[in-house]
Amino acid sequence: MRNRRLVEIWVGVFVAMGAAALFGLAIQVSNVQVFDARGGYELELRFENIGGLRTRAPVTVGGVRVGRVADVELDSSTYEAKVTVRIDERYEFPEDTSASIYTSGLLGEQYIALDPGGLDFYLRDGDEITLTQSALVLERMIGQFLYQMGNDDD
Amino acid sequence: MVNGFQRLGARALAIAERFGRAFLFLLRALAGMPALVLRPGLVVQQLYSVGVLSLVIIVVSGVFVGMVLGLQGYTTLLNFGAEQSLGVLVALSIVRELGPVVTALLFAGRAGSALAAEIGLMKSTEQLSGMEMMAVDPMNRVIAPRLLAGFLAMPLLAAIFSFLAILGSYVIGVGLLGVDAGAFWGQMQDAVEFREDILNGVIKSVVFGFVASWIAVFEGYDAEPTSEGVSRATTRTVVYTALAVLGLDFVLTAVMFG
Amino acid sequence: MTDRSVIDSAQVLLDTRCRCKLNAPWTQFMADTFADAGDHLVDIRDLHFSRGERLLFDGVELSIRRGEVTAIMGPSGTGKTTLLKLIGGQLQPDRGTIHVEGQHVAGLSTRGLYKLRRRMGMLFQSGALFTDLSVFDNVAFPLREHTDLPEPLIRDLVLLKLQAVGLRGARDLMPAQLSGGMARRVALARAIALDPTMVMYDEPFTGQDPISMGVLVDLIRRLNDALGLSSIIVSHDVAETARIADRIHVLHGGRIVESGTPGALYESQSEWVRQFMHGLPDGPVPFHYPAALGFDEDLMSQPRSSRGAW
Repeated sequence: MRNRRLVEIWVGVFVAMGAAALFGLAIQVSNVQVFDARGGYELELRFENIGGLRTRAPVTVGGVRVGRVADVELDSSTYEAKVTVRIDERYEFPEDTSASIYTSGLLGEQYIALDPGGLDFYLRDGDEITLTQSALVLERMIGQFLYQMGNDDD
Repeated sequence: MVNGFQRLGARALAIAERFGRAFLFLLRALAGMPALVLRPGLVVQQLYSVGVLSLVIIVVSGVFVGMVLGLQGYTTLLNFGAEQSLGVLVALSIVRELGPVVTALLFAGRAGSALAAEIGLMKSTEQLSGMEMMAVDPMNRVIAPRLLAGFLAMPLLAAIFSFLAILGSYVIGVGLLGVDAGAFWGQMQDAVEFREDILNGVIKSVVFGFVASWIAVFEGYDAEPTSEGVSRATTRTVVYTALAVLGLDFVLTAVMFG
Repeated sequence: MTDRSVIDSAQVLLDTRCRCKLNAPWTQFMADTFADAGDHLVDIRDLHFSRGERLLFDGVELSIRRGEVTAIMGPSGTGKTTLLKLIGGQLQPDRGTIHVEGQHVAGLSTRGLYKLRRRMGMLFQSGALFTDLSVFDNVAFPLREHTDLPEPLIRDLVLLKLQAVGLRGARDLMPAQLSGGMARRVALARAIALDPTMVMYDEPFTGQDPISMGVLVDLIRRLNDALGLSSIIVSHDVAETARIADRIHVLHGGRIVESGTPGALYESQSEWVRQFMHGLPDGPVPFHYPAALGFDEDLMSQPRSSRGAW
């Protein structure tokens, strides 16, 4: 009560610090404005094998992130993996764009890289990309390698 | 044997009764809150003692926790050649878990115990009784502002803690260990989602703030009006808050990220 | 200027400066006090109350008159403080009724009870000052909580009350810096801040040195007369209480065993009351707490267990 003014100033500083920290977390740590889950449009990608791809994995073009994986499902009729990605509305890609799954670093996260084609028609919300290359699965590669070695011996 | 059951039953009933009292107490205190709009000064006063006075411990612990995480995370990630992902590791563990939980535990030790002791002493020195006899309801005048200040202070303290912890790990990771600053922030921003991670962390700290302040003011108000009773109330505040926060954290994590 | 005239002039000043806000209740209270000086402020009928297993009151009948200093006396542990809490509505009786100013205390709503309490002052044994507020703010507390008076007016009122208890100079001290007697006087100033009709004193004299005691004894009587209060003192300090009380009720075994003026009680027919009033070491209340065995037998008997208390 005696230093009412001082108390009020300190509380003001405290609240401002708290607000600044929240703001900092939003902007500097999570980069809030880039991808709101509601913004952008959705594309469907079909892969034979997606390896360890998870929802929220990045979608990149030439190393620049343009979207995120929104959903991963199994198509029960074709037994293919159906991956829904959400693309930032600022970007448009031709219809003959192809997609591959890569791994960042040796053991890092898997991500989808899009390789834009040359057509004048552009992909719209809900369109499908069928030109895809599956993830490389280590065991399968080793298996193929050993199989080839065996063949060479004959 | 029968005696054992009887004791168990009596104990269970006592616990149930205490929960009931705590709940009624909360309802009465919440009923006193709307009137605080007319007297923001009371809340500001309590924000000072609950929030501002906890700042030092929160700031210091935040920076050090971040620095330790930076060091430990770096050496572990180095094994996998993924040391450039330090930012992701640190940011996710702090924003989701360590920020809200550690802040709540520190809050219980610093502010919760002080609240319980203050209210317990006001009770044992008949200040609360005296207030009642002056036709002032201590629920409105003493309990409600402290409870509200606790609710408000905790998310702010947790945000300050988290932000400083990330800065602390930045200083260690980028300044000392040579992680690339671009990779540190860039990978962090890619991996941390505002709604999934930050907002859920804030929700956690709001819940913890609510529970921690509730326990503190209830234990103080419910304390036996003796010096032993007040000391027990203070201890209980810290212990119960810690248990409640850790238990709730598990439940919340399971619901939010499970 | 004598203290008495200070209080009187304070009253006049209070009356003129507060006419704007406190006028109606104030005149009401003056009318109540002086017109019906004969009737009862507090009426207790057939009061029963027990705390846990212990029966504290077993049919207390008590009437307290307006304008008087009434003392309720009895040995420690007879529940005198509990009686004050019952009158103030902080506890509910198990049976029987308590009426204060004609209102049935236990039957009041919270709002009604708080309204009634604004006209009661209570001086707790410990003083119950708010340790985080200065002396000035302590006395100003009820005024700030219950009135919208402008700060300058509150300051005047607080200084008047502090002047009445002789502590105007101590207004900036914190409660921790006060002696026990001073703390009680500040608490008294706070208790009369809202100009109550009645003030209840819980053991006002215990633990006071002779000078503070004299000051308090004198103050209670003078405030009662100058402010037209009714006072209820709960105490076991016979001599001090007898000096200022108009009427004493002696509480024993859960009942009022005798009532009367101090003079009459000193000359009581009851042996017990005489023992209490004169503080005799032996009498109906024996010196020895009842023991199961005689003293010789007790010394000779074997302890039941050879292990010590630890």
